[in-house]
Amino acid sequence: MSNAFSALQGVSDTGFAHVKEMGLVGMVTLKADLDAAITKKAVKSAIGEGIPAARGMSDGSKPDGVAWMAPDELLFLCKHEEAEGVVNALTKGMGDAHHLAVNVSDARAVFTIEARDVREVLGKLTPANLADLKPREIRRSRFAQVPAAFWMNSPNHATVICFRSVAQYMFDLLVTAAKEGAEVRYY
Amino acid sequence: MLTLTCPVCGVDACETELAAGGEAHLKRYGPGSSDDQFEEYMFMRPNVKGVHFERWRHAMGCGKWFLAARDTATLEVFGTYPAQTLEPPADILKAIKAKRPDWSLT
Ligand SMILES: [Zn+2]
Repeated sequence: MSNAFSALQGVSDTGFAHVKEMGLVGMVTLKADLDAAITKKAVKSAIGEGIPAARGMSDGSKPDGVAWMAPDELLFLCKHEEAEGVVNALTKGMGDAHHLAVNVSDARAVFTIEARDVREVLGKLTPANLADLKPREIRRSRFAQVPAAFWMNSPNHATVICFRSVAQYMFDLLVTAAKEGAEVRYY
Repeated sequence: MLTLTCPVCGVDACETELAAGGEAHLKRYGPGSSDDQFEEYMFMRPNVKGVHFERWRHAMGCGKWFLAARDTATLEVFGTYPAQTLEPPADILKAIKAKRPDWSLT
């Protein structure tokens, strides 16, 4: 068995914001009918949290979370080594119901941004309206040329998820946008 | 810049987050139809200047298709509605009529 490596192995950089690749993060995608009772039950039993409202995230006592990605898609966040267990629990819970549960941990890269106002970094890279974005509201958009999903945990802390294949591109983008002295002070 | 509200996920999506899918409400003729009808379905578009019904996909977002009514000349958006709609819904037509009294669905 080979060791698991995240895309950029926890690389970080500090400008006016601190940008860090989070290292190994467990992620599981579930595609299913989110309105179906069996899906609600399977999600609850797999991760102990309910299905969040549109564009929301479930906050549990655990560090784990569930993010609403689309009307038929959820993204579970967990420890890297727990992802297979989440897949198994979802597969068992969904039974014969039409669904897809897959461990995407090694197909994604996750970054965190810490700054006095993280919008100073995000706003340069995404067309998403950050003025309207509530804390812990997940927004799927793009960062420059690549698709990404992100949310703000607080005004000072944001998380960005992108495809692993563009991890270096994303890191370079974030670092460039967060260069010392590059604040726009728009917000 | 064109901003369309995705009726599926509710996000106000910028044009660059969307993929254009051309004219909406096209009729595809079934078995036994003529070559001319297929040509019409495949290629013939009025390419209007003014009120237009279009397909869009929220590509960098929820990934779903939806339909939009807008003015191709002014970029004014009259509304967006689900892709599972066979003809422009009444509220969209009403919104268009309010702004363009002379316009009619042909
Ligand atoms: Zn959408």
